[in-house]
Amino acid sequence: MLRRTFVTAAASMLVALGMFHPAEAEERFITVASTTSTQDSGLFDALLPAFTAKTGITVKVIAQGTGQALDTARRGDADVVFVHAKAQELKFLEDGFGVKRYPVMYNDFVVVGPKSDPAGIAGGKDVAAAFKAIAEKKAPFVSRGDKSGTHSAELKLWTAAGIDLPAVRGEWYREIGQGMGATLNTANAMVAYTLSDRGTWIAFANKGDLGIVVEGDKKLFNQYGVMLVNPTKIPTVKVDDGQAFIDWLISPEGQAMIAGYRIGDQQLFFPNADDPKA
Amino acid sequence: MQQDAISTASILSLLLGDGGHFLGIIFLSLQVTITAVTCAGLVGLPLGAALALSRFPGRTVIIVLVNTMMGFPPVVAGLAIFLLLSRSGPLGDMGLLFTPKAMMIAQFVLVLPIIVALTRQTIEDLWTEYQDHLTSLGAGRLRSIPTLLWDARFSLVTTLLAGLGRASAEVGAILIVGGNIAGFTRTMTTSIALETSKGDLPLAMALGVVLMSLTLAINSLAYGISRVGARFSGKS
Repeated sequence: MLRRTFVTAAASMLVALGMFHPAEAEERFITVASTTSTQDSGLFDALLPAFTAKTGITVKVIAQGTGQALDTARRGDADVVFVHAKAQELKFLEDGFGVKRYPVMYNDFVVVGPKSDPAGIAGGKDVAAAFKAIAEKKAPFVSRGDKSGTHSAELKLWTAAGIDLPAVRGEWYREIGQGMGATLNTANAMVAYTLSDRGTWIAFANKGDLGIVVEGDKKLFNQYGVMLVNPTKIPTVKVDDGQAFIDWLISPEGQAMIAGYRIGDQQLFFPNADDPKA
Repeated sequence: MQQDAISTASILSLLLGDGGHFLGIIFLSLQVTITAVTCAGLVGLPLGAALALSRFPGRTVIIVLVNTMMGFPPVVAGLAIFLLLSRSGPLGDMGLLFTPKAMMIAQFVLVLPIIVALTRQTIEDLWTEYQDHLTSLGAGRLRSIPTLLWDARFSLVTTLLAGLGRASAEVGAILIVGGNIAGFTRTMTTSIALETSKGDLPLAMALGVVLMSLTLAINSLAYGISRVGARFSGKS
Protein backbone atom coordinates (compact mmCIF):
# COMPACT_ATOMS: atom_id res chain seq x y z
CA MET A 1 0.00 0.00 0.00
CA LEU A 2 2.80 2.27 0.94
CA ARG A 3 4.58 1.34 -2.24
CA ARG A 4 1.50 2.38 -4.19
CA THR A 5 1.48 5.75 -2.45
CA PHE A 6 5.11 6.30 -3.36
CA VAL A 7 4.60 5.28 -6.95
CA THR A 8 1.49 7.43 -7.30
CA ALA A 9 3.25 10.44 -5.83
CA ALA A 10 6.26 10.00 -8.09
CA ALA A 11 4.13 9.41 -11.16
CA SER A 12 1.90 12.42 -10.58
CA MET A 13 4.98 14.57 -10.10
CA LEU A 14 6.35 13.39 -13.44
CA VAL A 15 3.05 13.99 -15.18
CA ALA A 16 2.84 17.48 -13.73
CA LEU A 17 6.32 18.26 -14.96
CA GLY A 18 5.71 16.63 -18.32
CA MET A 19 2.68 18.80 -18.99
CA PHE A 20 4.78 21.91 -18.67
CA HIS A 21 6.43 22.92 -21.87
CA PRO A 22 8.11 26.29 -22.15
CA ALA A 23 5.88 28.16 -24.58
CA GLU A 24 8.86 29.04 -26.73
CA ALA A 25 9.53 25.41 -27.55
CA GLU A 26 6.61 25.31 -29.95
CA GLU A 27 7.16 28.73 -31.46
CA ARG A 28 9.28 30.03 -34.26
CA PHE A 29 12.64 30.96 -32.90
CA ILE A 30 16.14 31.92 -33.97
CA THR A 31 19.38 31.60 -32.03
CA VAL A 32 21.60 34.68 -31.88
CA ALA A 33 25.20 34.40 -30.70
CA SER A 34 26.04 37.76 -29.20
CA THR A 35 28.36 39.43 -26.75
CA THR A 36 28.25 39.76 -23.01
CA SER A 37 28.11 43.55 -23.39
CA THR A 38 24.74 43.48 -25.19
CA GLN A 39 23.33 41.21 -22.49
CA ASP A 40 24.96 42.68 -19.38
CA SER A 41 23.95 46.20 -20.45
CA GLY A 42 20.30 45.12 -20.64
CA LEU A 43 19.93 46.12 -24.32
CA PHE A 44 18.41 42.83 -25.45
CA ASP A 45 15.83 42.86 -22.68
CA ALA A 46 14.67 46.19 -24.08
CA LEU A 47 14.74 45.30 -27.80
CA LEU A 48 13.63 41.70 -28.15
CA PRO A 49 10.04 41.86 -26.83
CA ALA A 50 9.20 44.47 -29.49
CA PHE A 51 10.65 42.33 -32.28
CA THR A 52 8.87 39.20 -31.05
CA ALA A 53 5.56 41.06 -30.75
CA LYS A 54 5.85 42.30 -34.32
CA THR A 55 7.02 39.10 -36.06
CA GLY A 56 6.11 36.21 -33.75
CA ILE A 57 9.75 35.11 -33.82
CA THR A 58 11.36 34.41 -30.46
CA VAL A 59 15.05 35.30 -30.23
CA LYS A 60 17.25 33.10 -28.08
CA VAL A 61 20.42 34.93 -27.17
CA ILE A 62 23.61 33.14 -26.21
CA ALA A 63 25.84 35.80 -24.66
CA GLN A 64 29.53 35.07 -25.14
CA GLY A 65 32.69 36.98 -25.99
CA THR A 66 32.93 37.94 -29.67
CA GLY A 67 35.51 35.21 -30.40
CA GLN A 68 33.42 32.51 -28.78
CA ALA A 69 30.20 33.79 -30.37
CA LEU A 70 31.74 33.55 -33.84
CA ASP A 71 32.99 30.08 -32.96
CA THR A 72 29.49 29.03 -31.87
CA ALA A 73 28.23 30.16 -35.28
CA ARG A 74 31.05 28.33 -37.08
CA ARG A 75 29.91 25.12 -35.38
CA GLY A 76 26.42 25.68 -36.72
CA ASP A 77 24.84 26.44 -33.36
CA ALA A 78 23.54 29.93 -34.18
CA ASP A 79 21.59 31.59 -36.99
CA VAL A 80 22.80 35.17 -36.50
CA VAL A 81 25.89 36.72 -34.91
CA PHE A 82 25.75 40.18 -33.33
CA VAL A 83 29.24 41.14 -32.19
CA HIS A 84 31.81 43.93 -31.99
CA ALA A 85 35.26 43.23 -33.41
CA LYS A 86 35.41 44.26 -37.04
CA ALA A 87 38.64 42.42 -37.88
CA GLN A 88 37.27 39.12 -36.51
CA GLU A 89 33.95 39.73 -38.28
CA LEU A 90 35.63 40.32 -41.65
CA LYS A 91 37.66 37.14 -41.16
CA PHE A 92 34.39 35.28 -40.46
CA LEU A 93 32.95 36.66 -43.72
CA GLU A 94 36.11 35.88 -45.66
CA ASP A 95 36.00 32.26 -44.46
CA GLY A 96 32.53 32.03 -45.95
CA PHE A 97 30.64 31.69 -42.66
CA GLY A 98 28.77 34.98 -42.93
CA VAL A 99 26.48 36.18 -45.73
CA LYS A 100 26.88 39.93 -45.30
CA ARG A 101 27.93 42.23 -42.48
CA TYR A 102 25.62 45.09 -41.50
CA PRO A 103 26.77 47.84 -39.17
CA VAL A 104 24.14 48.33 -36.43
CA MET A 105 25.30 50.73 -33.74
CA TYR A 106 28.30 51.97 -31.83
CA ASN A 107 29.26 53.09 -28.43
CA ASP A 108 32.73 53.57 -27.05
CA PHE A 109 35.14 52.00 -24.66
CA VAL A 110 36.15 53.72 -21.46
CA VAL A 111 39.17 53.16 -19.26
CA VAL A 112 37.92 52.53 -15.75
CA GLY A 113 40.07 52.74 -12.67
CA PRO A 114 40.18 53.27 -8.91
CA LYS A 115 39.83 56.71 -7.33
CA SER A 116 43.38 56.39 -5.91
CA ASP A 117 44.60 56.45 -9.55
CA PRO A 118 48.04 54.85 -9.05
CA ALA A 119 49.08 55.52 -12.67
CA GLY A 120 48.03 59.17 -12.49
CA ILE A 121 45.95 59.10 -15.67
CA ALA A 122 42.55 60.34 -14.48
CA GLY A 123 40.89 62.96 -16.65
CA GLY A 124 43.07 62.22 -19.68
CA LYS A 125 41.84 62.13 -23.28
CA ASP A 126 44.80 60.26 -24.76
CA VAL A 127 44.29 56.56 -24.24
CA ALA A 128 47.69 55.56 -25.66
CA ALA A 129 49.47 57.77 -23.14
CA ALA A 130 47.30 56.37 -20.35
CA PHE A 131 48.09 52.76 -21.27
CA LYS A 132 51.78 53.66 -21.48
CA ALA A 133 51.64 55.12 -17.96
CA ILE A 134 49.84 52.03 -16.60
CA ALA A 135 52.51 49.72 -18.05
CA GLU A 136 55.39 51.88 -16.89
CA LYS A 137 54.08 52.21 -13.36
CA LYS A 138 53.05 48.54 -13.36
CA ALA A 139 49.68 49.60 -12.01
CA PRO A 140 47.29 46.63 -11.67
CA PHE A 141 45.24 46.09 -14.85
CA VAL A 142 42.54 43.44 -15.33
CA SER A 143 42.25 42.07 -18.85
CA ARG A 144 39.27 40.13 -20.22
CA GLY A 145 41.71 37.64 -21.77
CA ASP A 146 38.85 35.84 -23.56
CA LYS A 147 39.25 36.83 -27.24
CA SER A 148 36.18 39.02 -26.92
CA GLY A 149 35.69 42.24 -28.86
CA THR A 150 36.76 44.22 -25.82
CA HIS A 151 39.85 42.05 -25.39
CA SER A 152 40.77 42.60 -29.06
CA ALA A 153 40.32 46.35 -28.60
CA GLU A 154 42.50 46.30 -25.48
CA LEU A 155 45.32 44.47 -27.27
CA LYS A 156 45.19 47.04 -30.10
CA LEU A 157 45.46 49.85 -27.55
CA TRP A 158 48.63 48.38 -26.01
CA THR A 159 50.15 48.26 -29.50
CA ALA A 160 49.02 51.84 -30.17
CA ALA A 161 50.72 52.87 -26.92
CA GLY A 162 53.98 51.32 -28.14
CA ILE A 163 53.90 48.71 -25.40
CA ASP A 164 55.20 45.24 -26.21
CA LEU A 165 52.81 43.46 -23.90
CA PRO A 166 54.40 39.95 -23.90
CA ALA A 167 57.73 41.56 -22.96
CA VAL A 168 56.52 43.78 -20.13
CA ARG A 169 53.61 41.87 -18.68
CA GLY A 170 54.01 40.74 -15.12
CA GLU A 171 52.01 40.37 -11.99
CA TRP A 172 50.34 43.75 -12.60
CA TYR A 173 48.63 42.44 -15.75
CA ARG A 174 45.86 40.04 -14.77
CA GLU A 175 44.09 38.07 -17.47
CA ILE A 176 40.92 36.55 -16.05
CA GLY A 177 39.22 35.01 -19.09
CA GLN A 178 35.72 36.14 -18.15
CA GLY A 179 32.91 38.39 -19.32
CA MET A 180 32.74 42.18 -18.95
CA GLY A 181 30.71 42.19 -15.73
CA ALA A 182 32.97 39.67 -14.02
CA THR A 183 35.97 41.71 -15.13
CA LEU A 184 34.52 44.89 -13.58
CA ASN A 185 33.79 43.00 -10.36
CA THR A 186 37.41 41.85 -10.33
CA ALA A 187 38.81 45.30 -11.08
CA ASN A 188 36.73 46.70 -8.23
CA ALA A 189 38.00 44.05 -5.82
CA MET A 190 41.64 44.32 -6.92
CA VAL A 191 41.74 48.14 -7.07
CA ALA A 192 42.82 47.86 -10.70
CA TYR A 193 42.28 49.52 -14.08
CA THR A 194 40.36 47.86 -16.88
CA LEU A 195 38.83 48.59 -20.27
CA SER A 196 35.04 48.39 -20.54
CA ASP A 197 32.44 49.17 -23.16
CA ARG A 198 30.42 52.14 -21.99
CA GLY A 199 27.09 50.28 -22.08
CA THR A 200 28.12 47.61 -19.61
CA TRP A 201 29.84 50.21 -17.44
CA ILE A 202 26.71 52.36 -17.16
CA ALA A 203 24.50 49.37 -16.37
CA PHE A 204 26.98 47.81 -13.94
CA ALA A 205 25.72 48.01 -10.39
CA ASN A 206 28.83 47.19 -8.34
CA LYS A 207 31.01 50.18 -9.27
CA GLY A 208 32.43 50.59 -5.76
CA ASP A 209 35.50 52.81 -5.93
CA LEU A 210 35.79 52.60 -9.70
CA GLY A 211 35.21 55.50 -12.05
CA ILE A 212 35.93 56.48 -15.64
CA VAL A 213 39.52 57.74 -15.90
CA VAL A 214 39.97 58.12 -19.66
CA GLU A 215 37.27 58.63 -22.31
CA GLY A 216 36.60 60.41 -25.57
CA ASP A 217 39.64 59.29 -27.57
CA LYS A 218 38.84 58.30 -31.18
CA LYS A 219 40.75 55.07 -30.60
CA LEU A 220 38.06 54.02 -28.13
CA PHE A 221 35.35 53.78 -30.79
CA ASN A 222 33.38 50.49 -30.56
CA GLN A 223 31.33 49.36 -33.56
CA TYR A 224 28.77 46.54 -33.48
CA GLY A 225 27.89 44.50 -36.55
CA VAL A 226 25.36 41.80 -37.33
CA MET A 227 25.62 38.92 -39.81
CA LEU A 228 23.44 36.05 -40.97
CA VAL A 229 25.31 32.75 -40.83
CA ASN A 230 25.86 31.41 -44.35
CA PRO A 231 23.36 28.63 -45.17
CA THR A 232 25.67 27.18 -47.82
CA LYS A 233 28.13 26.38 -45.01
CA ILE A 234 25.55 25.60 -42.33
CA PRO A 235 22.39 24.16 -43.91
CA THR A 236 20.35 24.36 -40.69
CA VAL A 237 20.46 28.16 -40.57
CA LYS A 238 16.98 29.72 -40.42
CA VAL A 239 17.54 32.11 -43.29
CA ASP A 240 14.18 33.93 -43.44
CA ASP A 241 13.67 34.44 -39.72
CA GLY A 242 17.34 35.31 -39.15
CA GLN A 243 17.29 37.88 -41.94
CA ALA A 244 14.02 39.26 -40.56
CA PHE A 245 15.81 39.98 -37.28
CA ILE A 246 18.70 41.70 -39.06
CA ASP A 247 16.31 43.73 -41.24
CA TRP A 248 14.43 44.83 -38.13
CA LEU A 249 17.62 45.83 -36.27
CA ILE A 250 18.71 48.12 -39.13
CA SER A 251 15.18 49.37 -39.87
CA PRO A 252 14.14 52.84 -38.67
CA GLU A 253 12.06 51.16 -35.95
CA GLY A 254 14.91 48.99 -34.63
CA GLN A 255 17.38 51.87 -34.83
CA ALA A 256 15.00 54.13 -32.94
CA MET A 257 14.61 51.54 -30.20
CA ILE A 258 18.39 51.22 -29.86
CA ALA A 259 18.69 55.00 -29.58
CA GLY A 260 15.86 55.02 -27.05
CA TYR A 261 17.46 52.56 -24.64
CA ARG A 262 18.59 54.58 -21.67
CA ILE A 263 19.68 53.96 -18.13
CA GLY A 264 18.90 57.04 -16.07
CA ASP A 265 19.55 59.90 -18.47
CA GLN A 266 22.33 58.16 -20.38
CA GLN A 267 22.02 56.70 -23.86
CA LEU A 268 24.06 53.46 -24.10
CA PHE A 269 24.23 52.73 -27.82
CA PHE A 270 24.12 54.98 -30.93
CA PRO A 271 22.52 53.50 -34.06
CA ASN A 272 24.49 53.89 -37.30
CA ALA A 273 23.15 51.31 -39.74
CA ASP A 274 23.10 54.09 -42.35
CA ASP A 275 26.89 54.40 -42.31
CA PRO A 276 28.18 51.82 -44.81
CA LYS A 277 31.78 52.35 -43.71
CA ALA A 278 31.13 51.53 -40.05
CA MET B 1 23.90 51.19 -1.72
CA GLN B 2 25.27 47.75 -2.52
CA GLN B 3 25.15 46.76 1.09
CA ASP B 4 21.35 46.68 0.99
CA ALA B 5 20.09 44.10 3.40
CA ILE B 6 18.53 41.08 1.78
CA SER B 7 15.18 41.48 3.41
CA THR B 8 12.23 39.14 3.17
CA ALA B 9 10.37 41.92 1.40
CA SER B 10 13.01 42.23 -1.30
CA ILE B 11 12.98 38.48 -1.87
CA LEU B 12 9.19 38.46 -2.10
CA SER B 13 9.10 41.31 -4.58
CA LEU B 14 11.75 39.48 -6.56
CA LEU B 15 9.65 36.34 -6.66
CA LEU B 16 6.37 37.96 -7.53
CA GLY B 17 7.47 40.96 -9.56
CA ASP B 18 8.35 41.08 -13.23
CA GLY B 19 5.26 39.23 -14.39
CA GLY B 20 6.07 35.92 -12.75
CA HIS B 21 9.24 35.74 -14.86
CA PHE B 22 11.17 34.54 -11.84
CA LEU B 23 8.67 31.81 -10.99
CA GLY B 24 9.34 30.46 -14.50
CA ILE B 25 13.04 30.26 -13.66
CA ILE B 26 12.31 28.32 -10.47
CA PHE B 27 9.95 26.01 -12.32
CA LEU B 28 12.49 25.34 -15.06
CA SER B 29 15.20 24.62 -12.47
CA LEU B 30 12.96 22.13 -10.70
CA GLN B 31 11.85 20.58 -13.96
CA VAL B 32 15.39 20.04 -15.23
CA THR B 33 16.74 18.81 -11.92
CA ILE B 34 13.88 16.50 -10.98
CA THR B 35 13.70 14.97 -14.46
CA ALA B 36 17.45 14.35 -14.48
CA VAL B 37 17.46 12.82 -10.99
CA THR B 38 14.37 10.69 -11.68
CA CYS B 39 15.89 9.26 -14.85
CA ALA B 40 19.24 8.75 -13.13
CA GLY B 41 17.38 6.96 -10.29
CA LEU B 42 15.47 4.70 -12.68
CA VAL B 43 18.73 3.69 -14.34
CA GLY B 44 21.13 4.02 -11.43
CA LEU B 45 19.31 2.15 -8.66
CA PRO B 46 19.01 -1.19 -10.54
CA LEU B 47 22.46 -0.71 -12.03
CA GLY B 48 24.02 -0.07 -8.62
CA ALA B 49 22.23 -3.09 -7.13
CA ALA B 50 23.32 -5.29 -10.03
CA LEU B 51 26.89 -4.11 -9.57
CA ALA B 52 26.66 -4.96 -5.86
CA LEU B 53 25.48 -8.51 -6.46
CA SER B 54 27.25 -9.56 -9.61
CA ARG B 55 30.70 -11.07 -9.78
CA PHE B 56 32.66 -10.77 -13.01
CA PRO B 57 36.23 -10.06 -14.03
CA GLY B 58 36.97 -6.34 -13.98
CA ARG B 59 34.23 -5.58 -11.46
CA THR B 60 36.66 -3.86 -9.10
CA VAL B 61 37.87 -1.65 -11.92
CA ILE B 62 34.30 -0.63 -12.73
CA ILE B 63 33.56 0.15 -9.08
CA VAL B 64 36.64 2.36 -8.83
CA LEU B 65 35.72 4.05 -12.12
CA VAL B 66 32.16 4.75 -10.98
CA ASN B 67 33.43 6.10 -7.67
CA THR B 68 35.84 8.34 -9.58
CA MET B 69 33.03 9.61 -11.79
CA MET B 70 31.31 10.95 -8.67
CA GLY B 71 33.96 13.68 -8.85
CA PHE B 72 33.49 14.31 -12.59
CA PRO B 73 34.04 18.08 -12.98
CA PRO B 74 30.79 19.62 -14.28
CA VAL B 75 32.58 21.88 -16.77
CA VAL B 76 34.25 18.85 -18.33
CA ALA B 77 30.93 17.02 -18.52
CA GLY B 78 29.37 20.16 -19.98
CA LEU B 79 32.08 20.55 -22.59
CA ALA B 80 31.87 16.88 -23.63
CA ILE B 81 28.09 17.08 -24.03
CA PHE B 82 28.40 20.42 -25.83
CA LEU B 83 30.73 18.81 -28.38
CA LEU B 84 28.37 15.84 -28.79
CA LEU B 85 25.24 17.95 -29.25
CA SER B 86 26.72 20.79 -31.30
CA ARG B 87 25.48 20.94 -34.91
CA SER B 88 28.96 19.92 -36.02
CA GLY B 89 29.07 17.08 -33.46
CA PRO B 90 27.89 13.47 -33.81
CA LEU B 91 24.42 14.11 -32.34
CA GLY B 92 24.03 17.57 -33.87
CA ASP B 93 21.07 16.62 -36.07
CA MET B 94 18.88 16.23 -33.00
CA GLY B 95 19.08 19.98 -32.43
CA LEU B 96 19.33 19.59 -28.66
CA LEU B 97 22.08 22.09 -27.88
CA PHE B 98 20.88 25.17 -25.95
CA THR B 99 17.63 23.48 -24.88
CA PRO B 100 16.37 22.32 -21.46
CA LYS B 101 16.80 18.73 -22.69
CA ALA B 102 20.54 19.30 -23.09
CA MET B 103 20.67 20.50 -19.48
CA MET B 104 18.78 17.40 -18.33
CA ILE B 105 21.26 15.18 -20.17
CA ALA B 106 24.18 17.00 -18.55
CA GLN B 107 22.73 16.65 -15.07
CA PHE B 108 21.81 13.01 -15.72
CA VAL B 109 25.43 12.29 -16.59
CA LEU B 110 26.62 14.03 -13.43
CA VAL B 111 24.10 12.43 -11.10
CA LEU B 112 24.16 8.85 -12.42
CA PRO B 113 27.59 7.88 -10.99
CA ILE B 114 26.59 9.18 -7.54
CA ILE B 115 23.43 7.08 -7.51
CA VAL B 116 25.15 3.96 -8.88
CA ALA B 117 28.07 4.20 -6.45
CA LEU B 118 26.00 4.87 -3.32
CA THR B 119 23.40 2.24 -4.24
CA ARG B 120 26.11 -0.32 -4.83
CA GLN B 121 27.53 0.29 -1.38
CA THR B 122 24.14 0.21 0.36
CA ILE B 123 22.96 -2.96 -1.39
CA GLU B 124 26.28 -4.72 -0.93
CA ASP B 125 26.09 -4.17 2.83
CA LEU B 126 22.51 -5.36 2.90
CA TRP B 127 23.34 -8.43 0.84
CA THR B 128 26.01 -9.52 3.31
CA GLU B 129 23.32 -9.38 5.95
CA TYR B 130 20.54 -11.13 4.02
CA GLN B 131 22.45 -13.45 1.75
CA ASP B 132 21.76 -16.69 3.68
CA HIS B 133 18.12 -15.86 4.19
CA LEU B 134 17.42 -14.97 0.56
CA THR B 135 19.38 -17.93 -0.76
CA SER B 136 17.47 -20.31 1.51
CA LEU B 137 14.24 -18.94 0.01
CA GLY B 138 15.58 -19.90 -3.37
CA ALA B 139 16.10 -16.36 -4.65
CA GLY B 140 19.14 -16.01 -6.89
CA ARG B 141 21.25 -12.89 -6.97
CA LEU B 142 19.29 -11.36 -9.83
CA ARG B 143 15.94 -12.19 -8.28
CA SER B 144 17.06 -10.59 -5.02
CA ILE B 145 17.63 -7.15 -6.58
CA PRO B 146 14.04 -5.84 -6.29
CA THR B 147 13.70 -7.21 -2.75
CA LEU B 148 16.93 -5.60 -1.63
CA LEU B 149 16.15 -2.27 -3.30
CA TRP B 150 12.73 -2.23 -1.65
CA ASP B 151 14.20 -3.14 1.69
CA ALA B 152 16.83 -0.39 1.43
CA ARG B 153 14.34 2.23 0.20
CA PHE B 154 14.78 4.58 3.14
CA SER B 155 18.58 4.61 2.83
CA LEU B 156 18.21 5.06 -0.91
CA VAL B 157 16.19 8.25 -0.39
CA THR B 158 19.40 9.79 0.93
CA THR B 159 21.18 8.52 -2.18
CA LEU B 160 18.63 10.27 -4.39
CA LEU B 161 18.95 13.43 -2.30
CA ALA B 162 22.71 13.37 -2.79
CA GLY B 163 22.04 13.23 -6.52
CA LEU B 164 19.50 16.03 -6.26
CA GLY B 165 22.00 18.16 -4.37
CA ARG B 166 24.61 17.72 -7.06
CA ALA B 167 22.10 18.57 -9.78
CA SER B 168 20.45 21.59 -8.20
CA ALA B 169 23.73 23.20 -7.16
CA GLU B 170 25.34 22.74 -10.53
CA VAL B 171 26.10 25.65 -12.85
CA GLY B 172 29.18 24.85 -14.93
CA ALA B 173 27.68 22.20 -17.18
CA ILE B 174 24.23 23.69 -17.77
CA LEU B 175 25.72 27.09 -18.55
CA ILE B 176 27.70 25.52 -21.39
CA VAL B 177 25.02 23.24 -22.85
CA GLY B 178 22.01 25.44 -22.07
CA GLY B 179 23.47 28.81 -23.02
CA ASN B 180 21.61 30.67 -20.23
CA ILE B 181 18.93 31.90 -22.67
CA ALA B 182 16.43 34.21 -20.96
CA GLY B 183 13.04 32.54 -20.51
CA PHE B 184 14.19 29.28 -22.05
CA THR B 185 17.30 27.79 -20.45
CA ARG B 186 17.91 30.26 -17.62
CA THR B 187 17.82 28.50 -14.25
CA MET B 188 18.38 29.58 -10.67
CA THR B 189 22.12 28.93 -10.74
CA THR B 190 22.76 30.47 -14.16
CA SER B 191 20.71 33.54 -13.10
CA ILE B 192 22.92 33.89 -10.06
CA ALA B 193 26.01 33.74 -12.28
CA LEU B 194 24.48 36.33 -14.62
CA GLU B 195 23.38 38.77 -11.91
CA THR B 196 26.83 38.52 -10.32
CA SER B 197 28.40 39.46 -13.63
CA LYS B 198 25.99 42.38 -13.97
CA GLY B 199 27.29 43.54 -10.61
CA ASP B 200 23.85 43.19 -9.01
CA LEU B 201 25.21 41.35 -6.00
CA PRO B 202 22.17 41.83 -3.71
CA LEU B 203 19.87 40.30 -6.34
CA ALA B 204 22.32 37.44 -6.92
CA MET B 205 22.46 36.78 -3.19
CA ALA B 206 18.67 36.94 -2.86
CA LEU B 207 18.40 34.34 -5.61
CA GLY B 208 20.88 32.24 -3.68
CA VAL B 209 18.74 32.46 -0.57
CA VAL B 210 15.69 31.33 -2.55
CA LEU B 211 17.62 28.38 -3.99
CA MET B 212 18.85 27.35 -0.55
CA SER B 213 15.33 27.59 0.86
CA LEU B 214 13.98 25.37 -1.91
CA THR B 215 16.68 22.80 -1.27
CA LEU B 216 15.87 22.89 2.43
CA ALA B 217 12.17 22.39 1.69
CA ILE B 218 12.80 19.43 -0.61
CA ASN B 219 15.11 17.79 1.92
CA SER B 220 12.68 18.34 4.78
CA LEU B 221 9.90 16.83 2.72
CA ALA B 222 11.98 13.79 1.79
CA TYR B 223 13.09 13.29 5.37
CA GLY B 224 9.53 13.60 6.63
CA ILE B 225 8.19 11.15 4.08
CA SER B 226 10.83 8.56 4.80
CA ARG B 227 10.32 8.91 8.58
CA VAL B 228 6.59 8.44 8.26
CA GLY B 229 7.13 5.60 5.82
CA ALA B 230 9.61 3.91 8.12
CA ARG B 231 7.20 4.10 11.05
CA PHE B 232 4.35 2.56 9.06
CA SER B 233 6.49 -0.23 7.69
CA GLY B 234 7.69 -1.08 11.20
CA LYS B 235 11.29 0.01 10.65
CA SER B 236 12.52 2.88 12.70
